[in-house]
Amino acid sequence: MSTTTVETSTADTERRPADAPRKARRRGENSRATSLVSHAVLIGASLTALFPIAWLVFLSLGPDEDDYLHPGRIWGKMALDNYAFVLQDTNFFHWLKSTLIVGLGTTLIGVVVAASTGYAVSRMRFPGYRKLMWVLLVTQMFPIAVLIVPMYQILSDLQLIDSYLGLILVNCTTIVPYCAWLMKGYFDTIPFEIDEAGRVDGLTPFGTFARLILPLAKPGLAVAAFYSFLTAFGEVAFASTFLLSDDKYTFSVGLQTFVSEHDAQRNLMAATAVLIAIPAALFFYLVQKNLVTGLTAGGTKG
Amino acid sequence: MTVVIDRATGKRRGEREPRPGPGRRLKNGFHKHWYAYAMIAPVAIVLGVLVLYPLAYGLYLTLTDATSLNTARTIGVNHIDATYKFIGLDNYADILWGPTAYDRFWSHVLWTVFWTAACVTLHYGIGLGLALLLNQKLRGRTLYRMILVLPWAVPTFVTVFGWRFMLADGGIVNSGLDFLHLPTPSWLEDTSWQRFAAIMVNTWCGVPFMMVSLLGGLQSIDASLYEASEMDGANAWQRFRHVTLPGLRSVSTTVVLLGVIWTFNQFAIIFLLFGNTAPDAQILVTWAYQLGFGQQPRDYAQSAAYGILLLSILIVFTSFYRRWLNRNEQQLAI
Repeated sequence: MSTTTVETSTADTERRPADAPRKARRRGENSRATSLVSHAVLIGASLTALFPIAWLVFLSLGPDEDDYLHPGRIWGKMALDNYAFVLQDTNFFHWLKSTLIVGLGTTLIGVVVAASTGYAVSRMRFPGYRKLMWVLLVTQMFPIAVLIVPMYQILSDLQLIDSYLGLILVNCTTIVPYCAWLMKGYFDTIPFEIDEAGRVDGLTPFGTFARLILPLAKPGLAVAAFYSFLTAFGEVAFASTFLLSDDKYTFSVGLQTFVSEHDAQRNLMAATAVLIAIPAALFFYLVQKNLVTGLTAGGTKG
Repeated sequence: MTVVIDRATGKRRGEREPRPGPGRRLKNGFHKHWYAYAMIAPVAIVLGVLVLYPLAYGLYLTLTDATSLNTARTIGVNHIDATYKFIGLDNYADILWGPTAYDRFWSHVLWTVFWTAACVTLHYGIGLGLALLLNQKLRGRTLYRMILVLPWAVPTFVTVFGWRFMLADGGIVNSGLDFLHLPTPSWLEDTSWQRFAAIMVNTWCGVPFMMVSLLGGLQSIDASLYEASEMDGANAWQRFRHVTLPGLRSVSTTVVLLGVIWTFNQFAIIFLLFGNTAPDAQILVTWAYQLGFGQQPRDYAQSAAYGILLLSILIVFTSFYRRWLNRNEQQLAI
């Protein structure tokens, strides 16, 4: 283990505060100075993470559309009027409906179609395996620009522009390969012995998959479903292009309508943004831990 | 390194038995593997219909001069047939070395590469730093973790609007800078500040993913390795260099690749932050979108050609990345 002199000297300076207290520390415990610095950095980072959201919430309470320029004025007249207006007098519930239809539709197709492929690539080695994995990877990295023009042409030929089905199908182009990948990672964590036991007991590969593995993989399926839903929920480019009538907009397009060139109803927009963000964030917290495991499954297992 | 990958590589060439004739091989292969093929069939069909067909169609469009004026369309009751014609590789020639190639394509390529490199470096650096901090025994680290994940939890399209309020001319950021007697740039109008703002917002959005992934990686490193290295007298830096970084390697290679791909393709942030107002701060993806849908007449052919070029760049990059990993005897974890 050779280190250059430069490295050791930086290491020494870093280490000095940690050595300060006399009392012998146990492994994994920090000196007071180190933990103070850690706390300071983490608090700073937390404030940075929190502030833009908190600011949005704060602005949503001010009644005038220019309040974002004079935040001081909001204090005196905080009210929930914006929320009442958004819920009663805008297309909010139409947008909610569209978002749910598109999100759930995408999720359903994505998960159902991708499950068996995830299993196949996790358990079986067949000619063309590497090509399939490569296709799944490449499809995930398709820039939207590649498909958006031909998709637009094809959908308009099929009269599917401005329809939920069109948007669901388009969303599936990214969701399906992603779900297959995510589920492969999850199936990999289920012991092979279970498959072998199933086969010994006379099940076909399909039987093993349907009767033994799928029930065990429920958490993995749930993660894939959540992820598909959240992706469809936050999708901007396709939704902005393929939806035309404003009662069919999903949230990501609907929110943009508050800021047109002539008329910027920023207060209403902030309120809508908060209304959208709260359920999405709660939803996200339910799955975030599993999400990362799914994403980097092979990697974290070491 | 991982079991998954060893299986993935399958048999090596040398281990094969002498090959039977092609017809026989096909039959044998099908007989042996038809389960697998039946199971991947749904995805293969979906990808074929939803991805490969549009891709082929898009490739064809790049060889034509299709715009919104000459494609088939229906206005009221009148149906107008398509009148665009085949022009070969002219679109590519025009994009790559036409008279305005630098202004439209190469300058955006440079900016996109810079944007990707800057964002991924910041994501990874800050993410790793925070992950290391969160991996210590620390009071309240669950709470910190919850808060720090927030930018990822809130949909991007929501937070970007929050940032727009903050970065607007009289918004809180400039008020704060003014209060401190610092210059107040016009974040959303001036090209270099637009770029700076875009990188800043994207960094803010992208750090949590890196942080959580790397934290998962850190937690999977065997604690006995640290004990052993401490016994051997390694200091903090040496432990980081020789235990932590190698332990993170497979996670890192994966998240860096994902980060590059996602950042390169990042549409929502730039599109929502600037709309059509900032031609010079557009990265290739949003620029292609603008050609195809953000202007009149819509230039479908050029937009599709941009798309194909973008995809080629990404595929070349990923192939090299994989090759580089293989040469260093690492494997991609995905």
